[in-house]
Amino acid sequence: MELSAQRLKGRVAFVSGGLRGIGLACAQRFLAEGAEVVLSDLDAEDSDTVRDVMAQLGQAASYISANVAKEEDWERAVALVKERHGKCHILVNNAGIDLTGPVEELSMDGWRRIMSINVDGVFLGTKHFVPLMAQSGTEFRGGSSIINVSSIMGLVGMNEVSAYNASKGAVRLFTKGIAIEFAQKKMPIRANSLHPGFVETPLLKAGFQRWVDQGFAEKPDDLVAGVVGMTPIGRLAQPEELASAAFFLASEDSSYMTGTELVIDGGYTAQ
Amino acid sequence: MSKRLEGKVALVTGGTTGIGAATVARLTAEGAKVWFTGSKEEAAAALVAETGAVFRKHRVQDAAAWAPLIDEIIATEGRLDIAFANAGTESGDGSIEDVGIEGWDNVVAVNQTGVMLTVQNAILGMKRNPEGPAGSIINNSSMNATRPLGNYVTYSVTKAAVCALAKSAAVHCGQQGYKIRVNAILPGVVETPLIQQIMNAQPDPAAARAMYEGMAPLKRMAQLNEVAGLVAYLSSDEAGFISGAEYAIDGATTAGMMGV
Repeated sequence: MELSAQRLKGRVAFVSGGLRGIGLACAQRFLAEGAEVVLSDLDAEDSDTVRDVMAQLGQAASYISANVAKEEDWERAVALVKERHGKCHILVNNAGIDLTGPVEELSMDGWRRIMSINVDGVFLGTKHFVPLMAQSGTEFRGGSSIINVSSIMGLVGMNEVSAYNASKGAVRLFTKGIAIEFAQKKMPIRANSLHPGFVETPLLKAGFQRWVDQGFAEKPDDLVAGVVGMTPIGRLAQPEELASAAFFLASEDSSYMTGTELVIDGGYTAQ
Repeated sequence: MSKRLEGKVALVTGGTTGIGAATVARLTAEGAKVWFTGSKEEAAAALVAETGAVFRKHRVQDAAAWAPLIDEIIATEGRLDIAFANAGTESGDGSIEDVGIEGWDNVVAVNQTGVMLTVQNAILGMKRNPEGPAGSIINNSSMNATRPLGNYVTYSVTKAAVCALAKSAAVHCGQQGYKIRVNAILPGVVETPLIQQIMNAQPDPAAARAMYEGMAPLKRMAQLNEVAGLVAYLSSDEAGFISGAEYAIDGATTAGMMGV
């Protein structure tokens, strides 16, 4: 049995929220496995961050400034991928935000905003990439692969996290719905959800800082220590450990996996 | 990244045929040194010749036979990194009304007690690794853990049990500070030699095949190497933050309602 060294050679991937955290790690891993990658985020195309990240990712990567909550931005993104590559095999719907607070104090605007990014964004990305991915999916065993980034907060509830819980729970079942739909229509696209636990990302840091500002803890490190203490593996996850799961779902190795959920939480929800 | 398991030592129970044999081949291809157990000596000899893996005749439910096996692996290889608790049976099983105590006891012995002994002894072996307790253990459960079969009560119950067992062991290992991960995989219908035999024994083998293929929205059975690919991933350091998890590999069978 021979195993190839670059298991995504010839594939094209699109990663939303690709400039940082899990999204950036996915882009890096896909590139290392021989794929070409287009990433999106909110940052302007001529910003320093974009310039730095793209310089680091190299020629096989490209960037588009796009808001996942806007349908016209997805139309532009698909057009760019078609023009640049003519195909797409992997879609990581990764862009997401958090929102915390007592449910009676959440604003309608805040609720709408998290739903528009975490839920509308996944729906719109799927809707607009599916026709191209259905075409490209015949090129490799296992077909095209949609990887939706949910959370363990899409599986279990948490105090003052209700809006984020609702948005990530929606991603979990949206994924199962489309997985069955594609399979029954014999469309060569698989769809699965990732459920990270606590990952050392800018989103986690910003969220913990907000909790400190709201008086839940003295400093972010105290919150990290609390989470780590509750995690059987005893540490935070690194973004690369989510990227390896996304890579697995993107590769032929997961060719029979669709409609399932990969929990990557160091045992947090096993307890 | 084609040899993710270079330098690692693996144990696969029920490794002579089916998912076990495919996993022996895959882990070997990833660079691991593989030991496997089972009772079918002829099939084992062929797999040894093909892969260079080591075979030991061994019954997972035989508690007394475990320590010598682990001792031999550690004495020979110096370590144990991966254990795939794969051996399973449905021999003697039936519905809740029909199952006899002998059938129940047999399936529980292999599928549940055998997996418990595998996980327990794998942990004992992994604790002897030179750098301290570390490794990855994978229990082969089934989608029938969450969607039980009416005509295989013991099989369904034991497959649910080994999911809970994986979680309990994962939490324990974490609490003890061991770098040992424990997870369960839940395959749908896999085209094993056993399933092929069952299909071919039917009056209409083609209809039997269509029935099995139709169970998954993907409208086919899993191939052996697809399950082995998941085991290889969970075995590797790439899955370093995955513990206490249940991964379905079932072509969306349990993502929705059966047959809809």
